[in-house]
Amino acid sequence: MLTNISSLLRAYAQKSGAAAAVSMRSYSDFTPQATFEIKKCDLHKLDEAPATEVVMTREEGLKYYHIMQTIRRMELKADQLYKQKIIRGFCHLYDGQEACAVGIEAAINMSDHLITAYRAHGYTYTRGGTVKKIMAELTGRRGGIAKGKGGSMHMYCKNFYGGNGIVGAQVPLGAGVALACKYQGNNELCVCLYGDGAANQGQIFETYNMASLWKLPVIFICENNRYGMGTSVERAAASTDYYKRGEFIPGLRVDGMDVLCVREATRFAAEHCRSGKGPILMELQTYRYHGHSMSDPGISYRTRDEIQEVRSKSDPISLLKDRLLSNNMASVEELKVIDVEVRKEIEDAAQFATTDPEPPLDELCNHMFSNNPPVEVRGTNPWAKLKSVS
Amino acid sequence: MAAAVRFFIRGANSRLSVGTGTSGSLGAALLKLSPSCSSRSKTQRRHAAHFTYQPDPVPTQYGETQKMNLFQSVTSALDNTLSSDPTAVIFGEDVAFGGVFRCTVGLRDKYGKDRVFNTPLCEQGIVGFGIGAAVAGATAIAEIQFADYIYPAFDQIVNEAAKYRYRSGNLFDCGNLTIRAPWGCVGHGSLYHSQSPEAFFAHCPGIKVSPHKVKDNIKCSFTDGDPPHHSRAVMQVPSQIINNPLQKSQDLTKYKINTIIITMKARLKRWICDLLSVFFQSVVKTGRLLVSHEAPVTGGFAAEISSTVQEECFLNLEAPISRVCGYDTPFPHIFEPFYIPDKWKCFEAIKRMINY
Repeated sequence: MLTNISSLLRAYAQKSGAAAAVSMRSYSDFTPQATFEIKKCDLHKLDEAPATEVVMTREEGLKYYHIMQTIRRMELKADQLYKQKIIRGFCHLYDGQEACAVGIEAAINMSDHLITAYRAHGYTYTRGGTVKKIMAELTGRRGGIAKGKGGSMHMYCKNFYGGNGIVGAQVPLGAGVALACKYQGNNELCVCLYGDGAANQGQIFETYNMASLWKLPVIFICENNRYGMGTSVERAAASTDYYKRGEFIPGLRVDGMDVLCVREATRFAAEHCRSGKGPILMELQTYRYHGHSMSDPGISYRTRDEIQEVRSKSDPISLLKDRLLSNNMASVEELKVIDVEVRKEIEDAAQFATTDPEPPLDELCNHMFSNNPPVEVRGTNPWAKLKSVS
Repeated sequence: MAAAVRFFIRGANSRLSVGTGTSGSLGAALLKLSPSCSSRSKTQRRHAAHFTYQPDPVPTQYGETQKMNLFQSVTSALDNTLSSDPTAVIFGEDVAFGGVFRCTVGLRDKYGKDRVFNTPLCEQGIVGFGIGAAVAGATAIAEIQFADYIYPAFDQIVNEAAKYRYRSGNLFDCGNLTIRAPWGCVGHGSLYHSQSPEAFFAHCPGIKVSPHKVKDNIKCSFTDGDPPHHSRAVMQVPSQIINNPLQKSQDLTKYKINTIIITMKARLKRWICDLLSVFFQSVVKTGRLLVSHEAPVTGGFAAEISSTVQEECFLNLEAPISRVCGYDTPFPHIFEPFYIPDKWKCFEAIKRMINY
C-alpha cells in the first residue's frame, strides 16, 4: 500500500515539477532531500544575500514539522486551559509564528544564546524546555520550568534568557550577553528578539549604537506580526521598514512564515556575526492568529477575513507539509502519526500541569538574593520575618 | 470578634467572589475554627454586626451626582476637562479605543482624533512629550498603561517634570501635565502588571502623587464583557468639575490607606481633601492607626505616614502604628493571594493593636 501511495505521490511531484529531486535510493521510497526555492530577502547595507536555493533533508523536514506542530498544539492547549481558568495571569500565544522559532533554532547551535520578549512559549520549547515543564509553569505548579514562580512570561532554560515582560527591556540585555560571548572568545552569538511595537522603544536604539560600536556578535530580530497589541504598524511607526531601522547596522527582511527562509537568513546572519563583522538586524514578517494575549479577542483591530486569509495562504505548518508531500519526502500517514504523537504529548503535559501541586509557601520569599546562610525578609509588617534562601 | 468577622465577610463580599478560592476557603476555615462564629448558628441573637453600614449621604454642595465606579468617574473627569479646557489632550498607548481599563471610552469620538490619540510604545517618549506639551501651555494628560511600565519614564518625571518650575524660577512649569498610571494588583497580574510605585515618586519633591489615578484590586477582563467594577468604588460622584485644589505638596495618600475601621471617616470620598489632617483628627479620637498598602513594606508610603503621625500625635497613640503591607519580595505570580495585605492580615493587626 505504501508503494502505491509513494508512486502516486512521485507521479504528482513529476507533474507539478515543483522541485528538482535528487534521487538517492534509500530504504524507503521517500526522497531523502530536495532543493527548494525560497523568497529573496530585502537587503539593507548588505552586498551579499542569503541563498535562495536551499536544501532540506527528509529528517530535517520531519523534525521541523514535529516541532512546529508541537508548538501549535501547545499554544492551542494553553488557550483551552486559560479559558477553563486553569491558567491565569497573562498568556501570549505564539501560534502562527512557529516558523520563526523553528527556523532560528535550526540555524544556531544550542550553545548560542537567545533572548526574547513575552511571547516566549515557542522559544522555550526550541531552546530545550519540555512541553510538560512549560505547561506546568503556565499553570504555576512546582514542576514548572521556573518552579512555578514566573508564569507565562518568565520561562528560562540554559542559554535562553526568557521571557521578559517589559517591552524592549530585553534588547540591551541581549547585547550584554553578546558582549560576554565576545569577551570570552567562545565564538557564540546572541539572538535578541523583539516585536514591531517594541521597535519604537528608545533603549533599542541605544543598543544598536553600542552593539555596532563594539562589534558585538548579536543578531537583532524584529518579529513583525503587523500589530503591536491593537495598533497596526502603520499607526505606530513613522517607518515600517524595521530592517532599516538599525541604520548603520546591515539589515534583512525575511518572510517569517516560511521556515526555510528564516533558517537561511539566520544562517547568513550567524555567519556575519561569527566572522566578527558586528551586529546584524533581521525583520521577520510573520503573523499571529490569536490576539495579543488571552484578554484580546484579536478581531477588533483586524478582520476575521484577514486572519483566515493568512491561515489559508501562508500557514507555516501547511507550507512545510505541502513541501514534504509534494516532493515525496513524507507520506500523509507519517505526518498523521506525528500529529497523534504530538497530541498525546500535549495531553500528558496538560494532565501533569493540572495535577501537579503548587509550589510550597516558603517559596514566596526564596531566590531574592544570593545568600548563605538564609537571610530574613520582612513580611506584612516589619516584625514578621520570613526566611529567604537561594 | 464574631461580629467583626462577619462584618468583614459581609461588607467585602465582592472580594470573596472575585478573589481566589484560597482566601474564600481561609475565611470559611476561620469561621469553622471558632464555634461561636457560625453565621448560621441559631444561638446568635444578633444577625447583623453591630456596625451598620451607612452609605454616605449624597453630597449636595456640588450639584447633581451620578452613581459610577472608579473608571467611569475617571472617564467623566476627563470628559469634563476636555470640554472645559480647549487645550487639553489625552495620549498614551491604546487610549483611542478606550484604554485597557476603559478610562477613555468614547472620548475620541466626542472630541476628535487630534485631542485623543495613541502614541507608539515608548514611555520615556510619552512622558517627555507630555512635559513639553505642558510647558508650552497645553493641558497634557499622559497615560502609562500600567504603573509597572513607568520606569523608563522615571528620569523624565523625576528629573525634568518635577524640577522644571524650580530650576527656571517659575518662568516655566509643567503644572498642566497629568500622568495617569493604574497601579496595584489585578488578581492575575504577577510581576509586571501589579506593582505600586507610589513610594518612588512620593519621595520626589515637585510632583503630586494623587489617588484618583489609581485602580484598586479589580479583575479586569475583556473577554468577560463586563466593565471592570469594584463595589467599594461605586459611589455618588459629582457630575461637574469641582474645584478642590490638591492641597499641599505633601503627597496625598492612596485609596487603601484608612484609619482603623471604628471610625470610618477617612474613606474614599475624602481623597480630594487633605487626608493627613483627617488622619490626625482620627488618631486623636481613636488612638490607633493602621496603614495598609500593597507595595512592599520597607520604604513604602506607610512608613512616611507612620512617621508623620507619630511626630504629631505621639501622646495620643495608645498602640504602635501598625503597617500591613506587601512583603519585601517581587510581586508574585502564583502566591498573590498570600502576598496582598487582605482583610485577614489587617484584622490580625487590629486585634494586636486593641490588645496592646
